[in-house]
Amino acid sequence: MNQVKNHARAATKKRKYYLIPTYFLVICYVIFLGFPFLWMFTISLKSPFELLQLDQSFLPKTIYLQNYVDIIEKRGLINSAKNSLIIAVCTTVLTTIFAVPAGYAIARLRKVFSGAATGWILISQVFPVSLIIIPLFMAVRRVGLLDSIWGLVLVYLVAALPFALWMLKGYVAAIPMDLEEAGAMDGATSFQILRNIVFPLLLPGIVATALFTFLNSWNEFFFALVLIQSPESETLPLTLARFMGSEGQVLLGPLAAGAFLATIPSLVVFGFMQKKLASGLLAGAVKG
Amino acid sequence: MSTTTNRPRRKANAGKMYNRGAWKYAIPAFIPLLLLSVVPLSQAIWTSFTDQVAGFNVKISFIGLGNFERLLTDTLFWASFKIGIIWAVSVTLLALVLGFGLALLLNQKLRFLGLMRILSLVPWAMPPVIVAIMWNLLLRPTSGPIDQIFTFLKLPGAGTDWLGDFNTAFPTVILIGAWVAMPIITVSILAAIQGIPTEMVEASVIDGANAWQRFRFITVPTVRAITSALVALNIIWQFSSFGLVYVLTAGGPGGKTFVPALFAYNEAFKYGNFGYAASMGVVMAITIVLMLGVYLKASKREDVQR
Repeated sequence: MNQVKNHARAATKKRKYYLIPTYFLVICYVIFLGFPFLWMFTISLKSPFELLQLDQSFLPKTIYLQNYVDIIEKRGLINSAKNSLIIAVCTTVLTTIFAVPAGYAIARLRKVFSGAATGWILISQVFPVSLIIIPLFMAVRRVGLLDSIWGLVLVYLVAALPFALWMLKGYVAAIPMDLEEAGAMDGATSFQILRNIVFPLLLPGIVATALFTFLNSWNEFFFALVLIQSPESETLPLTLARFMGSEGQVLLGPLAAGAFLATIPSLVVFGFMQKKLASGLLAGAVKG
Repeated sequence: MSTTTNRPRRKANAGKMYNRGAWKYAIPAFIPLLLLSVVPLSQAIWTSFTDQVAGFNVKISFIGLGNFERLLTDTLFWASFKIGIIWAVSVTLLALVLGFGLALLLNQKLRFLGLMRILSLVPWAMPPVIVAIMWNLLLRPTSGPIDQIFTFLKLPGAGTDWLGDFNTAFPTVILIGAWVAMPIITVSILAAIQGIPTEMVEASVIDGANAWQRFRFITVPTVRAITSALVALNIIWQFSSFGLVYVLTAGGPGGKTFVPALFAYNEAFKYGNFGYAASMGVVMAITIVLMLGVYLKASKREDVQR
């Protein structure tokens, strides 16, 4: 007993020494990860006059909230945030409705079918997006959804589906088949099995997949750049990118303010849901 | 992927009885996929066998492997291709090392863990467009804060134009790429580590295992499957994307950061050579599929051996 105690004491003593390099590492990580974000925040509080000066201090000399007023009132941030929200919500809902049954089918069906589906998922991810954009542009124009947020919803749905299917397939594979078999014995139809047995067990996986989809469509830039032209249909990343200015003149203060406002919702959501997100990816990878 | 999920054959067969109709559930998802993924992708692949160029009423003719023959001798493309492989592999490995380290730290009992956890998600939550713009501003010579810090601390390298210098541009872009790629890796590996039963760790401590042995024989095997999936996914994502590089350096200086996805993009949208650009995409896709095939097979074999 005594020996164990001694051992433990020696261990704590040793632990203290190794805490120094550990905290050093922690500080390095905090700076590396947090500095760009913190810097962006300080810029959002600086006045245009202060931003023009060559020798700037890290902290703003005076707090200048006009940047936030500017971006919200004059630059149409509210409208593009509304667009982005509509697009992200619709994409997420549609992706979930489509991907849950399909993910179930892929996971539970014969090897040939699920192999073909997985193969397609892989190929659709490897081909450079920049080259699919031309035929995609044509296709969206053909259905008359160019320059419309509904066209973007459609494109994002298709972009999100492969990854969503891959994640959900992993979750379904983790559900013991005995439960479904028992349901089938009791005479449940396959739809009833899906709705009453699989769906409730799949809920954590669905939440994780939905979050991925939501945040990816909230942040997406390239498709929006190509498919949207009018300011009324602009999404949040497009509006923010416009601040870089074609003349090369950066409206730094409002840009930082807008970027800060656009990051906060994702950060809050991620902060609360990170465990769920991670377990989603785990399920997809390991049970695949 | 792992051997533990193999269920007995008998059950898999019994399952088929009521699952026979399950394919119907895939239809709603496959209609949009067919229209907006299979069709455009097939069109892009078809384009790679034609001489299509930008513009209206241009006659398109099938030229077989013509584009690919031309591509074989296009030294500029292969230089870019090499950069792309280095880019995808180094970003992935660097992000893996940094993310793994962070996950291990987050798993300790330390102060400020809550703050660290939130910070570890920042690169993921920031809109990618903003990430690129911010890093661009941060790294500006003389007026950027990073250079000011270097000057203030009198570090070597003060006054360097990190993104414009021949020697530093590529490593700098890779570091930023890793910054962006880190969160998903950190969070996934952390979740895997936290899934290790505490009794297992305690037992190993009583048995006298030191920190390195615990890492080697408990942590590493636990995260192996998720790690190979993360590596595969990241290599795919990095190799086929160019947004970050485009905003940071636009391929420069002197083509040092000219990744192939950007090369193909320029070929299509700057010079209007749609057919030729598409053949580059096909070559890239085939390469990645082959690379991943070899990689996943190797990591699977390692899994079975253990």
